[in-house]
Amino acid sequence: MRVGESVQRSDGPAKVRGDFAYSSDLHAEGMLWGATVRSPHPYARILSIDASGARTMPGVRAVLTHEDVPGQKLYGLEIQDQPVLAFDFVRYWGEAIAVVAADHPEQARRAAEKVRVEYQVLSPVTEPEQALSANAPQLHPGGNVTREVKIRHGDQSARADVVVRGEYEIGMQDQAPLGPESGLAIPDGEGGVDLSIATQWLHVDQEQLAGILGLPKEMVRLTLAGIGGAFGAREDLSMQAHACLLALKTGRPVKISYSRTESFVGHVHRHPGRLAYEHGANRDGRLVYVRARIILDGGAYASSSTAVIANATCFSVGPYVCPNATIDGIVVYTNNPPCGAMRGFGSVQNCYAHEAQMDRLAAALDMDPVELRIRNAMETGSEMITGQVIDGPVPVAELLRRVKAFPSPLGAEGQGDGGGMHDLTAMPGGVSNTTHGEGVKRGVGYAVGFKNIGYSEGFDDYSTARVRLYVVDGRPRVEVHSAAAEVGQGIVTVQAQIAGTELGVSDVVVLNADTGVGSAGSSSASRQTYITGGAVKAASEAVCKRALELAESELHPASELRIENDTVVGADGKQIVSLATLLGDAVIEETREFRPRRTHRLNPETGQSNAHMQFAFAAHRAVVDVDTELGLLKVVELATAQDVGRAINPIAVQGQLEGGAAQGLGLAVMEEIQVKDGVIRNPSFTDYLLPTILDMPPVRMDILELGDPNSPYGLKGVGEPPTISSGPAIVAAIRAATGREITRVPVRPHDLTP
Amino acid sequence: MGVGRRLKVDCTVNGSRHVADGVWEGESLLYVLRERFGLYGSKNACEQGECGSCSVYLDGTLVCACLVLGGQANGRSLVTIEGLDGEKVEQAFVEAGAVQCGFCTPGLVVAAHDLLQRVPRPTDAQIREALAGNICRCTGYAKIIAAVHMAAGSA
Repeated sequence: MRVGESVQRSDGPAKVRGDFAYSSDLHAEGMLWGATVRSPHPYARILSIDASGARTMPGVRAVLTHEDVPGQKLYGLEIQDQPVLAFDFVRYWGEAIAVVAADHPEQARRAAEKVRVEYQVLSPVTEPEQALSANAPQLHPGGNVTREVKIRHGDQSARADVVVRGEYEIGMQDQAPLGPESGLAIPDGEGGVDLSIATQWLHVDQEQLAGILGLPKEMVRLTLAGIGGAFGAREDLSMQAHACLLALKTGRPVKISYSRTESFVGHVHRHPGRLAYEHGANRDGRLVYVRARIILDGGAYASSSTAVIANATCFSVGPYVCPNATIDGIVVYTNNPPCGAMRGFGSVQNCYAHEAQMDRLAAALDMDPVELRIRNAMETGSEMITGQVIDGPVPVAELLRRVKAFPSPLGAEGQGDGGGMHDLTAMPGGVSNTTHGEGVKRGVGYAVGFKNIGYSEGFDDYSTARVRLYVVDGRPRVEVHSAAAEVGQGIVTVQAQIAGTELGVSDVVVLNADTGVGSAGSSSASRQTYITGGAVKAASEAVCKRALELAESELHPASELRIENDTVVGADGKQIVSLATLLGDAVIEETREFRPRRTHRLNPETGQSNAHMQFAFAAHRAVVDVDTELGLLKVVELATAQDVGRAINPIAVQGQLEGGAAQGLGLAVMEEIQVKDGVIRNPSFTDYLLPTILDMPPVRMDILELGDPNSPYGLKGVGEPPTISSGPAIVAAIRAATGREITRVPVRPHDLTP
Repeated sequence: MGVGRRLKVDCTVNGSRHVADGVWEGESLLYVLRERFGLYGSKNACEQGECGSCSVYLDGTLVCACLVLGGQANGRSLVTIEGLDGEKVEQAFVEAGAVQCGFCTPGLVVAAHDLLQRVPRPTDAQIREALAGNICRCTGYAKIIAAVHMAAGSA
């Protein structure tokens, strides 16, 4: 099990048999069920809360409101602005106001319905522009602007031969992890609590919970439960505090597991956005300037909005050299559902805009769109619009060349198979049998994108790993312990591969993540393999060094020794001693923190700064068939090229590229949370459309391993780039097929019909 | 218990008799399997019959357990992921890399097993058609298709 080999995931056998315990599968003796009272209004003043009727219902053990929160009543990842349980105001539809614990979940739900809340209903702020107007209600004490980011790069009055303008709108996407928000809180009988939970970052949950519960951190212990996907939806607290409060109040274990409808209000979403762009270029196609104004709707609470808008702004031009830029990014509070992290994190919204602009520019210049992109492509040593010079491989042109060079797919359009045997699943409209090719036009589109890996803007990003080496049943074993959240991406296997590689031991066990070891940081920002991988590597190296010191002799200095296949070998490769014999009863344990290179705050006036640690690039080509009469479409094929630096587990890397592209496809053509007057109209999988196996085409892949000189093994973060440029390539293909401008995603049928 | 009439559900699950007393008439079969029989392998992702994560056999027919009332299972025979004779499919899902978070996996394994019973060597199109009721949010489905071919012995 070494770095670079395709390794089967260790939790696979349990998952395929249904034996893997997810957070919603947990159970304890005497367990109660929690349910949540939620606001039916997007904006209202709370006049009174009367829980007396609910408290006397059968099976009900506790009903809690904000008055029962012993510690901090507000929480949040960056700004503490969100009530644990609402008081004074509710600011979005579905906001939590009270929680109930009862013997049976239905008893808890029915009691929740009996909690009487008296509201003074207020007119909600539902448009970002409205939030910025002078007479808008101020939703938070600091006003309605969550953060504004300015970039002023180069000549602010630059002029160009050719100018193209466009305005683009991005809908609100949901992460829709299949596992619902859920967990089990068990009181320890001494005032503390143990929480089994699905989260992306155990320690930031622990810190927030300790503050809310008014307890020292040691009394709030978290263990990672099985996680049914995350994609950003599990960065913020959902039911964690509510379950702990109920457990401490009742003295009994409390489980909360959201329904799908509740899940839609139980986590943040991808920010919807409006982006107005102006690109200026020379006649040879080289960019002279970009001016852009980006407005993201952050909804009712800040979550990670301040970091999302920084990304949306820093990466607003795409991976192109652009000497002059004037970019204004702003994220605002409204009474819409709160928005925060989702895979791609600010670089998804802007990619739709900058790639549409590049196509417009190519059309205005009568140039090939890929050629135009290559002409402007960043390379090693190029400067971003933030002034940061990008080191390491920057293969933007190479990625574009590769996706263009893939052979074209065959398929529906002009299939002309003569036999009349159409594969309906390959047609727009699918098995609805709406066309056999008539009215179908094919388009091909390209897009390229980039984003930061790891946390940015001076954040102290680090991870901790503890590695132990000892002998069990006559064989050496390595035990790895970190708090890195396995959300499905495969970080458990990656840790085992790294420890196995560094220590030359075949038996590697990765312990379940918990708060009994230092923080690993979040399973976010495509960072976990880099940062926790780096910590496991460092701790393994330290253990290895100590083991070799035990084996050292006059004949064999430690510096010449290494461990291979559970055995210490010398410089000549000859076996010196088996590790088991060498160690005997000894246990070697080392804990290491790993920090990547530092980043810095953006200059508030100019946005100039070395704000980011690493960059990842991917390009996509999409082939789409559109039934131009019915407005139906079929994505025929996606092709991608991505530099992953070094593929630690190639089969898992492929899975990231395929799965990430599917989420990009979703936003491009079907996924949108429909919000009207602040209310989500489609909070279910019946009405919120996710790509199925019929919607997702094959993905051709070219995985480059160009090696980043700064990172462990040369690796780059992998998870997010596939979600960035896949959707914009699909929309470009739809434009090519239909000749329509299409400035809004997801693309709807009526955007395509005459 | 204050949530309406209570039922007794007496059924066969994975070859052995299972009895639950005091079942609320609104409880789904999925809830009964999970919370009363402790069979948590069938998953609760949408509870609306859209995602297929709770796919089980009810008297030999593939159903979403969330769309069947617990009471309806009385006197009937169920096979869940825990009792499925699905080793070939399960092993193929692991080998092909078709598992990431895995929440959809038990449902997909049952649905793929059902397909292979009916169509031993399915084409891509047949696989897509048969698994169209199972949502996976992680994999993009390519490796799921590969896993079904692998289980069929055709890849």
